Amino acid sequence: MADYNVMEMMIAVAARELEDGATVGVGTGAPCAAAMLAQKTTSPNLVIMFEAGGVSPQLPEMPISVGDSRTFYKAVMASGMCDIMETCCRGFVDYTFLGGAQIDMYGNLNSTRIGPDHQRPKVRFPGSGGANDFGSFCWRMIVITPQDARRFVEKVEYITTPGWLDGGDSRAKSGLPLDAGPYRIITNMGVMDFEPESKRMRVISVNPGHSFEEIQDNCGFELLKAPKIAETKPPTDEELKILREEVDPYRYIIGR
Amino acid sequence: MDVIDQGIGRLFTDPDPDKAREFFRGKSRKMTDKVMSLKEAVEKFVHDGDYLTIGGFGANRTPIAACHEIVRQGRKNMGFAGHTSTHDFEILCAGEVFNKLDIAYIIGLEARGLSACARRYMQSGKVEVTEWTNYSLSARLKAAAMGVPFVPTRNVLGTDTFHYSGGKIIECPFTGKKLMLQPALYPDISVIHVHEADVYGNSRVRGITISDLDLARATKRLIITTERLISNEEIRRDPTLTSIPFYLVDAVCEIPFGAYPGNMPYEYFSDEDHLREWLNVERDPEEFKEFLKRNIYECKEHAEYIEKNGGIKKMNELRVKEFLIHKEGNNG
Repeated sequence: MADYNVMEMMIAVAARELEDGATVGVGTGAPCAAAMLAQKTTSPNLVIMFEAGGVSPQLPEMPISVGDSRTFYKAVMASGMCDIMETCCRGFVDYTFLGGAQIDMYGNLNSTRIGPDHQRPKVRFPGSGGANDFGSFCWRMIVITPQDARRFVEKVEYITTPGWLDGGDSRAKSGLPLDAGPYRIITNMGVMDFEPESKRMRVISVNPGHSFEEIQDNCGFELLKAPKIAETKPPTDEELKILREEVDPYRYIIGR
Repeated sequence: MDVIDQGIGRLFTDPDPDKAREFFRGKSRKMTDKVMSLKEAVEKFVHDGDYLTIGGFGANRTPIAACHEIVRQGRKNMGFAGHTSTHDFEILCAGEVFNKLDIAYIIGLEARGLSACARRYMQSGKVEVTEWTNYSLSARLKAAAMGVPFVPTRNVLGTDTFHYSGGKIIECPFTGKKLMLQPALYPDISVIHVHEADVYGNSRVRGITISDLDLARATKRLIITTERLISNEEIRRDPTLTSIPFYLVDAVCEIPFGAYPGNMPYEYFSDEDHLREWLNVERDPEEFKEFLKRNIYECKEHAEYIEKNGGIKKMNELRVKEFLIHKEGNNG
């Protein structure tokens, strides 16, 4: 088995979720690396979209901004924000990758603030950006995040981006587009999905060298267990080679 | 149509389309030469207390020269749309230019990290905030560009982003579904950086347009900064390329490298070293004061700022980088 680090593992796992011909709304960093890896391995026809307007670029290198010129390099269209978000709202975009400072058992994300006073927060984060929009509209939301009890909290202090809200049918009742929502949570220890009825987070696979108990110990709420928990497949030699040589040669994302 | 729920955030601008019409009625339609210095344009059209919107996307095709000029002239108490704002936000925070803020994305510079200066300002309690999202603010500009008081959307429902917004939720009269109403945003003043414009303000933008085409139509006053002035004859040779017509525009300022240190598509890439230096120096407020003095307050104009940070040699390097000429396979 090849030597790999946790970031390479998470990116490889995320890339495998993107089937050929799918559409995905991505940001910078690990999500973009996952989309690029997918494009160079199993999903050559993956359509990558950036919120600022880039549609299906042939990314020559990792973008620094979701609006820099790389995001529409050899693209099929250089569009704008309303067009991209409305394409998502019409149901055309299959996946999105999001993150946040906090995530809860229903996959709600906080990227806005810590502390109760909204006008004078203890810690202020960037806010939604396009996250709420992608998370509201794209069919399947995937989150790549470190497994950490301070991050995986019972209830996020502030819902920036909707997960399954309060679980059950609460998301459908809110008026958000039906059937869209959190799909996979990919961490350095394992992979979670959401139990179909309660919409609570559930462990479906554990990374080599880790255990369900370890994931639970690093999570601030009780996790459900899938009927059968698999072992996550580590990155293959080919995935690692492409990731290191073509996707992120300067190792901005995967580190040294 | 009953309102089911409404956000608690304050609206900093009036969504009334008839008031906007009244303003636009009085705006000159004359095709006159609007070329002036950026200093003059900001003196004339950017006022304390105005609501300001900046075009582009953070550090991409963003009128950075204009952000510097606004800070240099010491504008205060403005409203601001923190819409895809990154380096522009960082600059305006350094000048404490605004105290009312519509937020979609602030403080961060995306993959580059967070601005310590912007974070200090946002945690100081000096700024009143209302929350939105990137699409929400784009939709609000679109509503204004349409000349209607709102547009319905399906984002933000069920979240605190809605609760702290200034939007309202209604039931759709056709389908019974819940809809978020995004109130029209008519900024008092906006600045957009473009590739080419004629002296009247007819402008061409290459690459992604983000929300700028709606912004140009929503704003009451508009300053265009352009990489290059071109002739009206050239504009008329191919009107397909014009995306902002002259009658929306109040001032045209020719500022080569006007988006530096940001990225200008098909012209120059971002100066990542300088942007990193900016983020680093912000951590020490005293050192940052000196940095601002050198890079903004003691610069007469944008050209001087560029001169201090590598000048034409640096601009050429960034041009090579933009076109990926250093990359294998692009040079043959």
